[in-house]
Amino acid sequence: MTQPVLSVRQLRVEFSLRRGALVAVNGVSFEIARGEVLGLVGESGAGKSLTASAIIGLLEPPGRIAGGEIWLNGQRIDRLAPEAMRAIRGKRIGMIFQDPLTSLNPLYPVGRQLVETIETHTHLRGADARRRAIALLAETGLPAAQERIDHYPHQFSGGMRQRVVVALALAADPDVIIADEPTTALDVSVQAQIIALLKRLCRDRGTAIMLITHDMGVIAEAADRVAVMYAGRVVEIGGVRDVIKQPLHPYSAGLMGSIPTLDSDLERLVQISGSMPRLTSIPSGCPFHPRCPRAFEPCSSARPQLARRDQSLVACWLYEDVSAGAAR
Amino acid sequence: MRAQPEAMSTAQDSKSEHRAQPRGIFRLLDNDIAFSFWQSKVTVLAALVTLLIVLGALLAPWIAPHDPFDLKTLSLLDAHTPPAWVRDGDLRFLLGTDDQGRDVFSTILYGLRLSLAVGLMSVAFAAVLGIALGLVAGYAGGAIDALIMRAADVQLTFPAILIALLIDGTAHALFGQYRDESTTIWVLVLSIGLSFWVQYARTVRGSTLVERNKDYVLAARLIGIGPVAILVRHILPNVIGPVLVIVTINLALAIILEATLSFLGVGLSPTEPSLGTMIRIGNNFLFAGEWWIAIFPGITLAALALSVNLLGDWLRDALNPKLR
Amino acid sequence: MLAFIIRRVIQALLVLIVVALLAFTLFRFVGDPINQMVGIETSAGERELLRAQLGLNDPVLIQFTRFVWNAAHFDFGASYQFKRPVIELIGERFSATIELSVVSALFSLVFGIPMGVYTALHRNAWLSRFFLTVSLVGISLPTFLIGILLIFAFAVSVNWLPSFGRGDVVNIGFWTTGLLTWSGVKAIILPAVTLGLFQMALIMRLVRSEMIEVLRTDYIKFARARGLPDRNVYFGHALKNTLVPVMTIAGLQLGSIIAFAIITETVFQWPGMGLLFLKAVQNADIPIMSAYLLLVALIFLSINLVVDLLYVIVDPRIRIDARAA
Repeated sequence: MTQPVLSVRQLRVEFSLRRGALVAVNGVSFEIARGEVLGLVGESGAGKSLTASAIIGLLEPPGRIAGGEIWLNGQRIDRLAPEAMRAIRGKRIGMIFQDPLTSLNPLYPVGRQLVETIETHTHLRGADARRRAIALLAETGLPAAQERIDHYPHQFSGGMRQRVVVALALAADPDVIIADEPTTALDVSVQAQIIALLKRLCRDRGTAIMLITHDMGVIAEAADRVAVMYAGRVVEIGGVRDVIKQPLHPYSAGLMGSIPTLDSDLERLVQISGSMPRLTSIPSGCPFHPRCPRAFEPCSSARPQLARRDQSLVACWLYEDVSAGAAR
Repeated sequence: MRAQPEAMSTAQDSKSEHRAQPRGIFRLLDNDIAFSFWQSKVTVLAALVTLLIVLGALLAPWIAPHDPFDLKTLSLLDAHTPPAWVRDGDLRFLLGTDDQGRDVFSTILYGLRLSLAVGLMSVAFAAVLGIALGLVAGYAGGAIDALIMRAADVQLTFPAILIALLIDGTAHALFGQYRDESTTIWVLVLSIGLSFWVQYARTVRGSTLVERNKDYVLAARLIGIGPVAILVRHILPNVIGPVLVIVTINLALAIILEATLSFLGVGLSPTEPSLGTMIRIGNNFLFAGEWWIAIFPGITLAALALSVNLLGDWLRDALNPKLR
Repeated sequence: MLAFIIRRVIQALLVLIVVALLAFTLFRFVGDPINQMVGIETSAGERELLRAQLGLNDPVLIQFTRFVWNAAHFDFGASYQFKRPVIELIGERFSATIELSVVSALFSLVFGIPMGVYTALHRNAWLSRFFLTVSLVGISLPTFLIGILLIFAFAVSVNWLPSFGRGDVVNIGFWTTGLLTWSGVKAIILPAVTLGLFQMALIMRLVRSEMIEVLRTDYIKFARARGLPDRNVYFGHALKNTLVPVMTIAGLQLGSIIAFAIITETVFQWPGMGLLFLKAVQNADIPIMSAYLLLVALIFLSINLVVDLLYVIVDPRIRIDARAA
């Protein structure tokens, strides 16, 4: 298999507080290949955004990377000096955020923000940079890019703004784009457009995409593979069809069951009782065991690791040999 | 820290974190705000200084070695004495004396008393006037509201000092040359009070506008309770909260405004001086080398102003939900 | 946008008229214009004649109109104390106060903004803590106290700077300036610092808190995520967004500088309008008081108007109507 674009191994993110260290991301591992869309899904508080911030090097203190490795195209990036990391940001890793309105500086025209990014990462200057900016806007499907390039952010609708944001993230042609809830703040009809845009760009340019969301519908539509996160860990990771149709981990099963569909004959949506534990009180063993309908004896004492099962990886005692696990 | 999770606690959580709530006075010392207070050494220091100064002012008649307002006890022979630790100093006058033979230390204590009294009275006046006008404006609405708010707007165009000076000057012109001490104080209270009513009025008006549409007010009106009674007994208790915050900030401003007016010569007179007046007097002797007449009152005023501001800062941060 | 400007101008004019009414009331009804102009020997009959001559028996509205008309031509009558036209007295001192105010305002901006930016970017440096302490002192202490302490430090203890007066001044047309002579420059330093310290502290704290807020926004995070260098992030994006609200508040404060000049001019015996006004208050010189009131109102309202317009020009969200794509 060719080298993955992005490889995260046992990533660990901690918050060093006076009372001690809180572990928010605890041993997360996954890979994204070139031209692939990996969905990262889970409830709020699972650690998805923190993982993204860690990868792009924008963790705010007191948060810090306390362990693990992050590799980008064969280069290790989690221990780089700030200036070296800055050179990578935007150029080789792009990121887009949830709310396109607050992602753009309201006081500058859109074109100026684009040109600034282009001039930072490429050799293009002045009129050349501007031409490229217009081309980028057109590529993201923005109509009348030539005129609208000088407009201010508030003059665009939500969907158009998100296209501008995508254009900005693409400006330096990065190898991977991290999209943190890119459709959550948009109307449903516009969501579909943006998803389609991301997929098309991914195909045309070969950019890998890490798509963070809590919306399973978006995952089903856009992702090739999906990783399910819970309490700072990946509990299942596999092809999107496999995970949706045949979820292995009880939590994934709960997530899939809670999607309302028109053709299901259930009278009530499946609910997972309880909620995600706080960082200060993560249960021992498997963190999901208090809410798990299939918890049994080893679940409260030992933490399961990701192990292969059919085509996916899953971290659950239901699939792992307890004795093999206890020996570890 | 935007990405920090805010997950709700499970049943298991609340059980493990449960502990008995402290009782009585210990609750006062134990809650969040008190915690942040004791945390900051600077704030505690500021509170101590403020407390000391206020106590000094209150207990002045008992702890001051001399009575600087009693003209019979003053002797010009004692005038211009430097502080006790300087050569030519006199242990009777710890911080020296001024040009009238008044003990600087005693005058500071008595002057503080006057400053605090004037400050409190003016704030009370401003609050009563502002609250009354705010209630009326908010409840009556229409032309009365517009009138009061326009007046507020016009007044807000000018800084407080200008308003106070104008009122002072007008009173001076209307009532001739008043030499009486008590008249001076009342005119001062009036000037300062009239400079500050606007914030109270605006805040109370806003709250009143909200309250007057509520059910309990409509019910009272249905029963036939008159508007004044409604305003005072029903609405007022519900809008008084934010006013208390304004009062604390206002008090410091009022004391400083009084000191400024006295320094400018339109406040308290040299026969019963406040800190501002003393600094004014002392200013004339700075170059003669008699620095203590101006500097000690100056330090006292500075300490008071700084401490109250620090306390105000802390209070604002402690009550700010965004920073919790 | 034109409608907005017109509305603001009308609002300002309304306030000005109300102030004019107050000034007029002060002028006409507080104190007696006649008694101040003539001696005790003048008979009652002569006073009545004088009253009629001066139009003091005309309907109030007519008198008010006359007052406003005169004011528009800068005729405010004569001072009770000096027996000279008020406008002359004010004119002589106008440049002194304006020069002091402008230098103070510049001082507060030139020091306040960089200090604010520094304390926002380097929140834990000891220099930041020092700046914040200075700002606390600047905000808490009354202006006159700052003046006295500065005089004590720089004029009494060490004789570096003068403690009163303007030094040597140069006349340029109707304007007198002290900035062209060395003694004039030395003389303006302490008063300008005294007057501007509060503003400087205010601006510094404002810039600091605004910048900290701005640095937390998504667009700054996105700018960093795009790999923009720190210089662009801080001074291109963050600073511009910080200064827009700060500028409006700073502009409004400029007006209050002119009022606080009263205190500073007293401490330093600076020959400006403020000192004139104070003497008028002390001596119940109504013409000067009412003229000063009108003049100051005019200056404040003009500044407020300019600041409002400036805000519209600078913030594109207000200037350009939002259009859906």
